[in-house]
Amino acid sequence: MKKLLTISVSTLAGLAFSAAAMAADINPAVLYDLGGKFDKSFNEAAFTGAEKFKADTGIGYRDFEIQNDAQREQALRNFAKRGQSPIIAIGFSQANAVEKVAKEFPDIQFAIVDSVIDLPNVRSIVFKEHEGSYIVGVAAALASKTGKVGFVGGMDIGLIRKFACGYKQGVMSVKSDAEVFENMTGDTGAAWNDPVKGGELAKSQFDKGADVVYHAAGGTGIGVLQAAHDAGKLGIGVDSNQNGLFPGSVLTSMLKRVDVAVAKTFEDAKNDAWSSGVQVLGLAEGGVDWALDDNNASLVNADMKAAVEKAKADIISGTVVVHDYMADNTCP
Amino acid sequence: MSAGQLPRWVDYGLIPLINLIAAFLVSGLVVLLIGENPIDAVRVLIWGALGFGEGVGFTLFYATNFIFTGLAVAVAFHAGLFNIGGEGQAYVGGLGVALACLALDRIVPWWVTLPVAVAGAAVMGAAWAFIPAWLQAKRGSHIVITTIMFNFISYSLMVYLLVNVLAKPGSMQPETRTFEEGGRLPFLNDIQSLVDFGTAPVNLALVLALIASALVWVIIWRTRLGYEIRSFGANATAAVYAGMSPARIIIITMLISGGLSGMMALNEIMGSQHRLLIEFVAGYGFVGIAVALMGRAHPVGIILAAILFGMLYQGGAELAFEMPAISRDMIIVIQGLVILFAGALENLFRPAIVRIFTPSRAPAVQAG
Repeated sequence: MKKLLTISVSTLAGLAFSAAAMAADINPAVLYDLGGKFDKSFNEAAFTGAEKFKADTGIGYRDFEIQNDAQREQALRNFAKRGQSPIIAIGFSQANAVEKVAKEFPDIQFAIVDSVIDLPNVRSIVFKEHEGSYIVGVAAALASKTGKVGFVGGMDIGLIRKFACGYKQGVMSVKSDAEVFENMTGDTGAAWNDPVKGGELAKSQFDKGADVVYHAAGGTGIGVLQAAHDAGKLGIGVDSNQNGLFPGSVLTSMLKRVDVAVAKTFEDAKNDAWSSGVQVLGLAEGGVDWALDDNNASLVNADMKAAVEKAKADIISGTVVVHDYMADNTCP
Repeated sequence: MSAGQLPRWVDYGLIPLINLIAAFLVSGLVVLLIGENPIDAVRVLIWGALGFGEGVGFTLFYATNFIFTGLAVAVAFHAGLFNIGGEGQAYVGGLGVALACLALDRIVPWWVTLPVAVAGAAVMGAAWAFIPAWLQAKRGSHIVITTIMFNFISYSLMVYLLVNVLAKPGSMQPETRTFEEGGRLPFLNDIQSLVDFGTAPVNLALVLALIASALVWVIIWRTRLGYEIRSFGANATAAVYAGMSPARIIIITMLISGGLSGMMALNEIMGSQHRLLIEFVAGYGFVGIAVALMGRAHPVGIILAAILFGMLYQGGAELAFEMPAISRDMIIVIQGLVILFAGALENLFRPAIVRIFTPSRAPAVQAG
């Protein structure tokens, strides 16, 4: 940090002094969930965001991958004691630990992704996954020739049902008689990282007549997309832009911009623009979106694009309200 | 467990020590390979585990889990049974603890809830072990296979219950509400002032684990049931000839074993997390197998092995924290090497050591 300071001061002749001094003050940290840093999905998106911030600003960060639940609080305290701030915890499972440790260290900035904690020094970042899933559901229904589409989830928990429910609503909005097959991969952490089983579930859905399958299953989803590619069907990616994994076989991806949220949180802290409170990132805020690039341009025709964009605009304007499964634990 | 022809201090002390050193030497090579200094790594690991009060607290916290699951595996060992189902039994044991705490935490103090929670943990854990035991005793279905299968059933059962039945309404977290004071075991830091464990979650369950160790010793070596269990494990045919009922021994042993596994949940659920949550067992049940192997299925050995694994867990966490190049997967490699050398390759150095110690000794008198 000192070196960085010296360099900035000498090159910019003091012009950027205050900014550099500010930059030197922040000492960010990331705490990943049990899935680990390289889960090809949710946690990795956080890692990507932190790396982007590091590349943009030259400010390093610390991170830690937990092995069990007791380590959540321990790692947060370790970061806090060393004066790391802001500390961003990835995943709803961290909520209790963040709440406890944030109370002990009121001067340190905390952030949590996927959960809400009402404390003055915590920023809570949640995403409207149901909105993003809805618009890829619209795309799936339009791309399907059989009127049957599939969904492969990781674990049968509320968060994943939220994805499934939004997707189903999107599909139904186009074809009210469409069939949506839903399967969950497993009941342990391995469910997020079991591409073989993901592929088998996708194949069984293809056998039942589905020709587009959406996954919300972390690393398991790679198997889903692979199976779609092998069978000449279409897959839909999640979290990151997965269009490029199997170009021509991935219809689109539902983007959940955890990377942007992490980088933004660090930048806000750096620029003295930190705020606590809840940030709900939906389509309107660019927190969720669908991915359109060279890899899937040939799959998305003009009608489909128009329909998805219209659904997106309707949700943003409030004309269409996507039911959130988490609100009452039911799906219409 | 036969002690062979070696003096007990060699069998229980020297051989595990040599295995441990070998494991650390190989781990050191791995650390060297990724470009870190192994001496520093060991220093951080040991400092992290024992160097300060909080580290010791965490070490003992993990050790508590391992004592319970280690004892569970050991009891089954004595009857010649290999209980791989500690993971599932502990998970379902957590259900027993949580139900007791959820029912009582708002009306009575913790010391009233405790016996109910202990009973809940033991009964649920034992119940989960009962079906594999019954299948082994009456149908000859191999206990290794059935207990593993019951682990998977327990995962599915618990996810279902936590998502659909026990989750607090309106929360996306698959977990119960947090227990009030009446459902929390006191932290050791709050009931004694000799050692400062900082914020470590080591709690009264440690004392329960030590009591359980003593009881296991009494049962296995000082009761008629224990004699039957050991006889059956040493030679099932002879035990049957002596008039013992194999079905009865298998079922009772597995009930004790499952109950001990289930009680691990006291430490995690009632002692530390204060709520029932998904996947809280996190592999402690499986590590219990290594702990029992390394501890020679003897309570004292198990306590020592449990502390060693507690050190590896806590020291490993500090190591991953201090040396970012050493990731959490590296820690698992080191733990794996210890298990490999202490368990699977347990006999690697034994022949050489036997050669060193036997010529000067008359055939050893085997103590119980």
